[in-house]
Amino acid sequence: MQWANAIVQGVLIGGLYALFAAGLSLIFGVMRLVNIAHGDLIVLAAYLALVVTATLGLDPLTSLVVVVPAMAVIGYALQRLVLNRTLGDDLLPPLLVTFGLSVIIQNGLLELFSADSRKLQAGAIEVQTMEIVSGIWIGLLPLLQFAVAVAIIGGLQLLFYRSAFGRAFRATSDDPSVAELMGLDTRRVFALAMALSLAVVAVAGVFLAVRANFDPAIGPARLIYGFEAVIIGGLGSLWGTLAGGIILGVAQAIGAQIDPGWQVLAGHLVFLAILAVRPQGLFPKVQ
Amino acid sequence: MADAPRPPLLDVRDLDVFYGDFQALFGVSLRVEPGEVVAVIGANGAGKSTLLKSIAGQLAPRRGEIALVGTPAHRAPAFEMVRRGVALVPEGRRLFSSLSVEENLLIGGQLGRPGPFSLSRVYDLFPVLYERRRQPAPSLSGGQQQMVAIGRALMSNPTLLLCDELSLGLAPIIVRDIYASLPAIVGEGLSLIIVEQDIVQALNAASRVYCLQEGRVALEGEARTLTKAAISAAYFGV
Amino acid sequence: MNRPAATSAPVSTPVRVAHATPSSRIGLAVCAVVLVALIAAPYWADRASLRLYGEIFTFVALASLWNLLAGYAGLVSIGQQAFVGFGGYVLFALAMFAGVPPLAAIPLAGALAAVVAVPVAALMFRLRGHYFAIGTWVMAEVFRLVAAQIGVLGGGSGVSLPAGIVTGIAASRTMREHVIYWLALALVVTVIAGIVVLLRSRYGLALTAIRDNETATRSSGVGVRRIKYLVYVGAAAGTAMIGALIFLTKLRISPDTAFSVNDWTAFVIFITVIGGIGRVEGPIIGTIIFFALRETLSDLGSLYLLMLGAVAILVMLFAPKGLWGLLADRFGWQAFPLERRLMPRQ
Repeated sequence: MQWANAIVQGVLIGGLYALFAAGLSLIFGVMRLVNIAHGDLIVLAAYLALVVTATLGLDPLTSLVVVVPAMAVIGYALQRLVLNRTLGDDLLPPLLVTFGLSVIIQNGLLELFSADSRKLQAGAIEVQTMEIVSGIWIGLLPLLQFAVAVAIIGGLQLLFYRSAFGRAFRATSDDPSVAELMGLDTRRVFALAMALSLAVVAVAGVFLAVRANFDPAIGPARLIYGFEAVIIGGLGSLWGTLAGGIILGVAQAIGAQIDPGWQVLAGHLVFLAILAVRPQGLFPKVQ
Repeated sequence: MADAPRPPLLDVRDLDVFYGDFQALFGVSLRVEPGEVVAVIGANGAGKSTLLKSIAGQLAPRRGEIALVGTPAHRAPAFEMVRRGVALVPEGRRLFSSLSVEENLLIGGQLGRPGPFSLSRVYDLFPVLYERRRQPAPSLSGGQQQMVAIGRALMSNPTLLLCDELSLGLAPIIVRDIYASLPAIVGEGLSLIIVEQDIVQALNAASRVYCLQEGRVALEGEARTLTKAAISAAYFGV
Repeated sequence: MNRPAATSAPVSTPVRVAHATPSSRIGLAVCAVVLVALIAAPYWADRASLRLYGEIFTFVALASLWNLLAGYAGLVSIGQQAFVGFGGYVLFALAMFAGVPPLAAIPLAGALAAVVAVPVAALMFRLRGHYFAIGTWVMAEVFRLVAAQIGVLGGGSGVSLPAGIVTGIAASRTMREHVIYWLALALVVTVIAGIVVLLRSRYGLALTAIRDNETATRSSGVGVRRIKYLVYVGAAAGTAMIGALIFLTKLRISPDTAFSVNDWTAFVIFITVIGGIGRVEGPIIGTIIFFALRETLSDLGSLYLLMLGAVAILVMLFAPKGLWGLLADRFGWQAFPLERRLMPRQ
């Protein structure tokens, strides 16, 4: 029973990992940029939610109404003012600039908030559990987060493949210079993509803040989990990313059952195994 | 008292275009009147595509002017030029590979400029595209892809359509079909610049011709009146 | 009737490749003078300065190796801390459990790192570009987590080097500090000399070509993949030796310090970017600037790192060739004879 419970927990946290990954793979898909600061931006969103809930007296869920647009605006500005300048054939500039950004965000948060662990309180829902099958209990909050993660990924799929917006993203990703011939200002398209990515990051950040303790230094681990979910699941497929996140979550849960110190390591080992045996991932988009 | 003459649809004057340190166009001038079909011919590397890219806004000229109905346009980037009614069918088709045929057409209409061309009108023009509208663009034959490329450009309802090497890599019979659709396009009020290596097609389709040679205009005139000898001389520079 | 004169086969002028420039001659002379002064440093510098110089040498060496990877081979790694920590842990393990004298353990750590780097590279090279970078970070995390599981080496809290081994290095504390200083100097000179020699060779020519345009180089038939492997493994070995020395100096190791991204990667990257990527002089200049700033700004902690990050971003956006890149482009300066000119052989 303990094992079954662990695996169920792993699946649920996999949804959160998939959310970490969704923003990352969106950006890579549209503009071939990997944002090293991605995890730190998730943590930034968590702190933003902290401030918003403290000053406006909102509960975490309602704080999304402020945090999501705020992060979207930050994403738009970041892309427009800084990251657009780094795009090009050379991969060094975007990598180093986003790395520098990661360091800046971590240390900025450290200066503003100190290294103390924080957590957002979501109230009663945090302790509510449900017995789905005899002997297996799941928390209501993790279930809710998983459902929202799946909904967001589904929404992103719809956006990308059924809307004019998504069409513009895909065209710009295929051929930016010809996209300009269609009347698309690629600088704006990239900025909107980053805004969307950070909107997803905002949700991930609030979920993270409610679920566990956070401090300025935990960003890189979130980046790594998101990255591992993308690689395990396969590049170019959002549903693959969801699968990757779930596999990662389950691997970590199994590792934790063996030995608490093995939790994160188990995830890394599964990632390395996939890399060794099937580097294109489990469900890559067939191009 | 005579009215001031109406400005041409497109007026290109003394264009100098560089790729880095390499000069591709030397003082090129060209004019297109409303409703005209103008051909630009020349050997490989003569600068034909460079000229179209400059007009379309993909390349900024170092010197010279481009005016659209009298208004300066040489500083406008490509997405701005589309807004102003200049659309380019790029060399080699350059369709969006992860989009379907219909999606490629729809993205051409992204801006929503009003005009005669809509999805259904494009399908009227190229019926074979309607049957294949859900297929991924790269799965079509060369000729069909060219039709998609033209249709995509038409969806932005331009006043000036720039066609870069429509015949590239296509069998002669397909090329004939493609060129057969041009009169219908002109009939809707568009003006055309066609860049071609296929001189016969170009002279058949166009009313006026420019011949480029190593970045300069070597010959200019009415298609009917130009002699073969004159064209050869201008084309090859002998 | 005259027969036309027989045409002889064209005689090709024998050529040689000249590497030196007037600037590089001056540069080498300056280096020679500085080197002599540095070798003698234990006799004219005080203890604190000696420690500082040792630290500077360490960072110059680390940055030079990272520069070789990223600036020449196009392998942007944010996981070199894996090998820093590896070197440190191997030194401690060899000294504590295999009775290897610490000084001998340093090159051994390098050799072992080279062995480990081969399968690591095989895995990492399955990832491209940005994903390669994050992959190297994951690898470093794996090393860290594994190290934290090794009980005999202190697990998560780490271990100190036993006093017996420490005194085994040299009799007195002063002597020990001198030895470690000279070791650091020897390491950095070896690393830089090794890089210069590599760049002067035909491998170096290939590397410079890869830096400028990898696709073109590949299509010229150059074995790009093999060269990248060699550079990655070589850099791993060098980094591990430096790591071994670092922790020999610190006398204590723990997973968090051994595999710290901030200490061994962030600073190294910022140093190289600000000094100038893709040029041998860049890391040297960058380290000097870094330490000058640190001394003058004293310990601002996280604010210092924040500022460095901001400066690095600005440099990357507006002066991507770094400070030395600007100077070299403007004045044609070169400290090392790395140019290539074809000269007729006299």
